[in-house]
Amino acid sequence: MTTPILTVAGITKTFPGVRALSDVSFDVRPGEVHALVGENGAGKSTLMKVLAGLHQPDAGRIVHHGREVAIASPLDARTRGILLIHQELSLSPELSVAENIYLGAWPTNRFGILRKRAMREAAAAALEALGCDFGPDVRVGTLSIARQQMVEIARAQAFNANLVIFDEPTASLTEAERAQLFATVAQLRSQGVGIVYISHKMDEIFSITDRITVLRDGTVQGTVETAATDVDSITRMMIGRDLSSYFHRARADFGEETLGIEGLHVPGLVHGVDLSVRAGEVLGLYGLVGAGRSELVEAIFGIRRASAGRMRWRGREIPLPTPRQAVDLGLALVPESRKEQGLVLGLGGRDNITLPHLARFSTLGVMRPGAETRVFDRFRDELSIKTTGPDQPVGLLSGGNQQKFVLAKWLCAEPRLVILDEPTRGIDVGSKSAIHELIAGLAEQGLAVIVISSEMPEVLGVSHRILTMADRRITGSFTGDEMTEETLIGAVSAGPAALPSAAE
Amino acid sequence: MSLHFAALLRRHGLLVAFALFLALVAVQAEAFLTPSNVLDVLRQVSIIGMMALGVTFVVVAGRLDLSVGSMLTLLTVIVVDRTNAFGPGLAILVTLLAGLAAGAWNGLLVGVFRLNALIVTLAMLSFLQGLTLAYSGGSNVNVADGTTWFAAFGRGSLWGIPAPVVIFALSAAVLAFVLKRTRFGRAIFAVGGNETAATYSGIDARLVVFAAYCLSGLTTAIAAIIMGSRVMGAQNTIGQGYELTVLAGVILGGTSLLGGSGSIGRTVLGVAMLGFIQNGLLLMGYPYYVQWLVTWGIIILAVWIDLGAKRGRILA
Ligand SMILES: Nc1ncnc2c1ncn2[C@@H]1O[C@H](COP(=O)(O)OP(=O)(O)OP(=O)(O)O)[C@@H](O)[C@H]1O
Ligand SMILES: [Mg+2]
Repeated sequence: MTTPILTVAGITKTFPGVRALSDVSFDVRPGEVHALVGENGAGKSTLMKVLAGLHQPDAGRIVHHGREVAIASPLDARTRGILLIHQELSLSPELSVAENIYLGAWPTNRFGILRKRAMREAAAAALEALGCDFGPDVRVGTLSIARQQMVEIARAQAFNANLVIFDEPTASLTEAERAQLFATVAQLRSQGVGIVYISHKMDEIFSITDRITVLRDGTVQGTVETAATDVDSITRMMIGRDLSSYFHRARADFGEETLGIEGLHVPGLVHGVDLSVRAGEVLGLYGLVGAGRSELVEAIFGIRRASAGRMRWRGREIPLPTPRQAVDLGLALVPESRKEQGLVLGLGGRDNITLPHLARFSTLGVMRPGAETRVFDRFRDELSIKTTGPDQPVGLLSGGNQQKFVLAKWLCAEPRLVILDEPTRGIDVGSKSAIHELIAGLAEQGLAVIVISSEMPEVLGVSHRILTMADRRITGSFTGDEMTEETLIGAVSAGPAALPSAAE
Repeated sequence: MSLHFAALLRRHGLLVAFALFLALVAVQAEAFLTPSNVLDVLRQVSIIGMMALGVTFVVVAGRLDLSVGSMLTLLTVIVVDRTNAFGPGLAILVTLLAGLAAGAWNGLLVGVFRLNALIVTLAMLSFLQGLTLAYSGGSNVNVADGTTWFAAFGRGSLWGIPAPVVIFALSAAVLAFVLKRTRFGRAIFAVGGNETAATYSGIDARLVVFAAYCLSGLTTAIAAIIMGSRVMGAQNTIGQGYELTVLAGVILGGTSLLGGSGSIGRTVLGVAMLGFIQNGLLLMGYPYYVQWLVTWGIIILAVWIDLGAKRGRILA
């Protein structure tokens, strides 16, 4: 048996009010892809932050290449060859690719002057080795998410990393980008690098990993060979029960039209979109990243100014709303990015939930904390959110638990139309099916629902009807048996001209 | 255990240091902690404190207001001069409206037109200085009628407590409630904490910032009324440098310059700390300029602690 690159034993880490890790042990071997799975808040990111020098453990040992070490800082981790690729990317958008690769460890000559040429060349070599299609001088802010991720991986290449940790790397990638990432992972693996791979997507786990370690409430439930197990047993280890049906589609019982949009145009972003959604209907909006789906719903919600377009709301023609008017009409938009658009990270869960509905939770301008706490309690239980209390700043929560607060925030005021933009990104399997059930439940209560998702099975599983978008236009509309993987892929890759049926 | 102690020290380190300082001065100067000296210090800080209340709203909303010093000068000149012209009642009304207008002007530029707060309010500082000179013609003004009830705001007292302290305390109580318990206050926190998320929640950030500046103008107007009444006159330089002392008080209390956190209680504490430190240094016989040097040290310390806490929150 090969000696592990890294062994951790008995790691414990507590935060005020939370024991995030208790007595965690596991190891990573060279040339292995080791999956780390568990529910939201199980402690996956915390464990990896310990390895990357971002947290110091309260107890436990870390053995790296046979020697016990203390990892003091991210830079220390990097010089040891341990590299964490974050759940939320952490590059400096204003700097070039090369500067980002060497961020904080810029090569200098003995006078402290930046050795720009050497840095550029080394960066170019790393990018080349990974087969990247961009050079070291590009400003990072201009790159897509997938390419930014490649920049982080190039860091691993440039620093000769021996342990690379991916924390939910595919959350915002398209299918093609995902395939590219897996190729890169395979490449690192063949170089003998040890890889830790965190994900909530079971198909990924089972296609690229060698072993799986399951965390639950900060403790290791076990480590198993991937080949010797299956999705159901892993799920059971994660959440302690069986998951019945993965998808749950709402009963098809439609009422009147809730929202109708005609000729919506946002210069450069959305071109002449028509759509209509009825009460009780779940409308899926499928397309690749960059197709214009988020921009479309942001225009409907008034965040983006449309240059043209008409809107019908429950049978009445109305002017396009401002966000405030949209909320008051009964529209809810669960935005794509929880940290930027969804939450005020410094405020507690309670204050975040009620933020769009301050009028509803106040009398003559004075907030009613009792009423606020009641909804907080309700949603914490309903969505099983892991938090220490209503005032714990949501910035301290795990990614998935933050996402649940964004959902709670928009569901608590009984809207008539809910638009969900990638609602299950970063959510664990158990909660994911809970959210799918929630979506179905909303529709069955007579709400209209629009779901944007880049996950094909999800769109297919929850929608009654699917609109496809490509290149900032609607390219097709599908119902019933027409909704298959093939038709959707065809509709988002071919241009609109190639399609017989336009949107209804 | 030691971890908790460190956290405690980080949270309350300044307070602990302050308590030590109080004890130290009290031992050396007997007059320090007598009721009359304490009331005196509170009276002295009430003008700065009054201004700091409004500025706290601006800072929590993620902005800055450096114009309050010269705004105080102008408004003090106005209230004194108009008292001579119209009598106190109308003069006070005019002053409050003028303060509101000056704040609204800042709010329009920063909130609605989204110009940089530092630059807008620095420019305003200079503009208001010019306006003061234009208004007063360069000469000092004095309240002509020494017996007017206008004197009550700065010189009167209620049950032995100086009127400025009473006004400051009442305003602090009201504004603490507004910031903590009302819709407006919540919107201030949201806009300062994450403006994008606030916008996605249907909150009009422009309006919220505008209102914060209006409030800052209003509290400065109240401070000017106290000031004019205390001095029974006004010089053209009366508020010079106040903007920094006000900001020092806000930061010292622990309200973060990054926006999104803070409270009125903290500001009151910060301003009071400044006052007692300066008074203590004087009583211990240090020359006047030492106050300035010490204030500098305290501000650096406060900002450093704030940053440390932030970094701890993000990385640790
Ligand atoms: N800096 C912190 N301060 C306080 N609590 C924290 C901090 N970081 C994490 N936690 C808590 O530790 C627990 C584990 O969080 P962690 O981010 O490791 O979960 P995770 O397994 O990565 O979840 P997800 O799948 O949602 O990303 C959570 O309850 C979280 O609230
Ligand atoms: Mg995580």
